[in-house]
Amino acid sequence: MFDTLSDRLSGVFDKLRKQASLNEKDVDTAMREVRRALLEADVALPVARDFIAKVREKAVGQDVVKSVTPGQMVVKIVHDHLVEMLGAESVGIDLAAAPPVPILMVGLQGSGKTTSTAKLAARFQKRERKKVLMASLDVQRPAAQEQLRVLGEQTGVATLPIVAGQMPVDIAKRAMEAAKLGSYDIVMLDTAGRTHVDEALMSEVAVIREASKPHETLLVADSLTGQDAVNVAQRFNERVPLTGIVLTRIDGDGRGGAALSMRAVTGCPIKAIGVGEKIEDLEDFHPERIAGRILGMGDVVSLVEKASEHVELEKAEKLVKKMEKGTFDLEDLADQLAQMRKMGGVQGLLGMLPGVGKMKNQMAAAGLDDKLIKRQEAIVSSMTPEERRKPKLLNGSRKRRVAAGSGTTVPEVNRLLKMHRQMSDMMKKAGKKGGKGMLGGMPGLPGGAALPPGMQLPPGMNLPSGVNAPGGLPPLPPGFLPGGKK
Amino acid sequence: MKRFGWRKNRPQSGQDVLPGEDHAPPAPLPGESLPEDPAPTEAAPVAARAETSLAAQEPPAPEKKGWFSRLKSGLSRSTGALSEGVSGIFTRARLDQERLDELEDVLIQADLGVDVAMEITEALASERFDKEISPQEVREFLAGHIADILEPVAAPLRIERDRDEPFVILVVGVNGTGKTTTIGKLGNWLQGEGYRVMLGAGDTFRAAAIEQLQIWGERLNVPVIAREPGADAAGLAYDAVEKAREAGADVLLIDTAGRLQNKSGLMDELRKIKRVLGKLDADAPHAVLLVLDATTGQNAISQVEVFQEVAGITGLVMTKLDGTARGGILVAVARKFDLPIHAIGIGEGIGDLRPFDAQQFAQALTGAEAAGE
Ligand SMILES: Nc1nc2c(ncn2[C@@H]2O[C@H](COP(=O)(O)OP(=O)(O)OP(=O)(O)O)[C@@H](O)[C@H]2O)c(=O)[nH]1
Ligand SMILES: Nc1nc2c(ncn2[C@@H]2O[C@H](COP(=O)(O)OP(=O)(O)O)[C@@H](O)[C@H]2O)c(=O)[nH]1
Ligand SMILES: [Mg+2]
Ligand SMILES: [Mg+2]
Repeated sequence: MFDTLSDRLSGVFDKLRKQASLNEKDVDTAMREVRRALLEADVALPVARDFIAKVREKAVGQDVVKSVTPGQMVVKIVHDHLVEMLGAESVGIDLAAAPPVPILMVGLQGSGKTTSTAKLAARFQKRERKKVLMASLDVQRPAAQEQLRVLGEQTGVATLPIVAGQMPVDIAKRAMEAAKLGSYDIVMLDTAGRTHVDEALMSEVAVIREASKPHETLLVADSLTGQDAVNVAQRFNERVPLTGIVLTRIDGDGRGGAALSMRAVTGCPIKAIGVGEKIEDLEDFHPERIAGRILGMGDVVSLVEKASEHVELEKAEKLVKKMEKGTFDLEDLADQLAQMRKMGGVQGLLGMLPGVGKMKNQMAAAGLDDKLIKRQEAIVSSMTPEERRKPKLLNGSRKRRVAAGSGTTVPEVNRLLKMHRQMSDMMKKAGKKGGKGMLGGMPGLPGGAALPPGMQLPPGMNLPSGVNAPGGLPPLPPGFLPGGKK
Repeated sequence: MKRFGWRKNRPQSGQDVLPGEDHAPPAPLPGESLPEDPAPTEAAPVAARAETSLAAQEPPAPEKKGWFSRLKSGLSRSTGALSEGVSGIFTRARLDQERLDELEDVLIQADLGVDVAMEITEALASERFDKEISPQEVREFLAGHIADILEPVAAPLRIERDRDEPFVILVVGVNGTGKTTTIGKLGNWLQGEGYRVMLGAGDTFRAAAIEQLQIWGERLNVPVIAREPGADAAGLAYDAVEKAREAGADVLLIDTAGRLQNKSGLMDELRKIKRVLGKLDADAPHAVLLVLDATTGQNAISQVEVFQEVAGITGLVMTKLDGTARGGILVAVARKFDLPIHAIGIGEGIGDLRPFDAQQFAQALTGAEAAGE
């Protein structure tokens, strides 16, 4: 399932002699794999076909740079074209119009319209210092208007008072009136979910659009959508011309091919992505990330950003010092574990690394998951502060006490101690080399496992240099790989 | 009890079958029209009940269209393209590799996934390669093959009758798939079967999720056990079982917050809900239903996999088949997991739930009966 495209392509090209340029036959072979990867990532078939045709044209006859393999070369071409198609330039939501600026949210049932409405509203209010009014025109789903009202309360964004029995178009008009009177800058209009073949509801939304004249009409779509994405996007775009797309549930482990499909059929930029259920879980769209995901190449950029977000500066600096001095103790280990959990746990972290597909399965099989992290944290927290600073103090009876206190076993305690030893050794070495830059080359990969061959980052996809998150990415403890059962 | 409007006719003893199995309405063959079943017979024999009660359950309120035409325009509309695709490829011609490839594409477009699409085309190739074949024959082959995959998992939800304890059904799934709505529809269906239904508002997370279920409770006129927003979902589940017992309910439907299967914290919460339910009644929950959205692509496989592991799901419901999504992923799911598929959702209304029928689904998916259209 997590077979990556780079994986496959390196398989294809391993068999081929090294050539100076990509010939037609090789490219065709490669394109079959690319096609499959796209379809498995839920890219709609017509879009995938079109994509392949264009990439093929670009690839045939391309010179292969000396330092890379033909497989990597193809991955790079595919990746770049994908980024281009997804919209290399990021486009935000346009608020430049005479206030109140109406923004209309449309989409299928359950795609995330209401949540996204509240997220965007909160962002405009906080970041852009705008006065925002939200109105729910959803008279279809039970308690839908109530849902938006509650979200308004939670975020401190005003909502249009609910008038029972009022029809959507009238609510839209009332919202625009109220916004003018209350001198609001922005009016967010949340609508009921509708299937694009429900004629009654589709003409309703067209009328709503007429009545409210939205400056932006955003299609809210689930990133887990399959082949139907093209139909949805096309039909909505026909009835209510779209200005942008909001892609939700990017925090899932879907491959996100719908992004490409929808972008391709509507030509509309993806203007924001939903990455969680909470109000702050809204981000700008970065095509490289989705491109990497669709191709199964990991989400390197996000990983780096996440790392820098969560590793608190001070702690990180302390850690660097300790690494240099070789005094990395169990307290620090506990910090590292906690940070790992914050970054989405083992699975979340691995999902973002390129080329760990197989490893991920192995690790799952070895019971290496977030529960393990929690257990290890429990072990450390059952130690006395002194023991944490001087792990050598832990003799048999102390270990038994710790095991009992944390609901674990002595062998588990031993494993943790071993892991700590290995880590501090590794860090001493790293410290000598200059301390920072744990990110480069990801030395902390479990068990020191190198990335599988053929899985280097495609050229041009280097880890952004200078992104050295303070202290670097918390290294995955070496004792973490198989054998670490339970 | 009356105050909840529970029906008085208690179900007969033995096992009941829900939604109706063999007595489900005949497969809606696109192009053919079925009479709306008019006879809501309260005391109908078990064998006919599912069917009749279905029709009887239609709310008297203005239904835009009859249920059959809606299912047809839903399911078969989605199949239209597939059917066209097949016709486009084959106008009575030799089955060669190029045509097989195109056929594979057609299946992929229905979300069956690359592997299953290949498997099916290979099966066709092994029988008919290099032979003349007509579009209709291709469709029939596809429908037959897909029905063969689906048939073993098409199974109604079974509720044990004559229990002292309420039959507890936990409804789970990722965000926005239709869990709450399915509970409303299922509750309605069960009520029609004479069960005394109760609901538990286990989604304590999403804004107004409790109110949403409460409105369904009002529609059904059944009690909804709820706590304040943000309350512990497992605690709520425990409460609900206790209350359902006290009230002598037959079936308790527990709603849960939507959760993505890759969020370990939320999946742990689900484990806890299950564990806590087991405290009052070791066998509870008696059924765990995973609700899948028909528009979902390949990720549905991972949803089934993880929810099965974490929550021990006992069956599936697929919603939103009234759109153009074909729900082909269900074929891939059936291929991979041995999990009963109970029902499908074809709209947002209280009556928009149908028993899952393998033949019907396969035919609708492939347009096998749509030759005349
Ligand atoms: N067209 C259509 N819409 C449906 C169907 N089932 C549910 N819906 C709609 O899908 C949306 C989400 O349904 P809910 O029942 O709230 O889904 P949920 O899984 O409980 O959602 P969360 O609790 O938010 O995770 C609502 O707008 C429902 O009306 C169906 O079969 N067809
Ligand atoms: N994990 C996750 N859940 C989301 C996201 N956006 C919305 N949801 C959830 O999806 C479900 C449906 O969202 P809602 O806003 O009610 O959808 P609507 O029916 O289109 O208005 C809710 O459970 C939300 O919490 C997202 O980006 N990630
Ligand atoms: Mg909504
Ligand atoms: Mg719900």
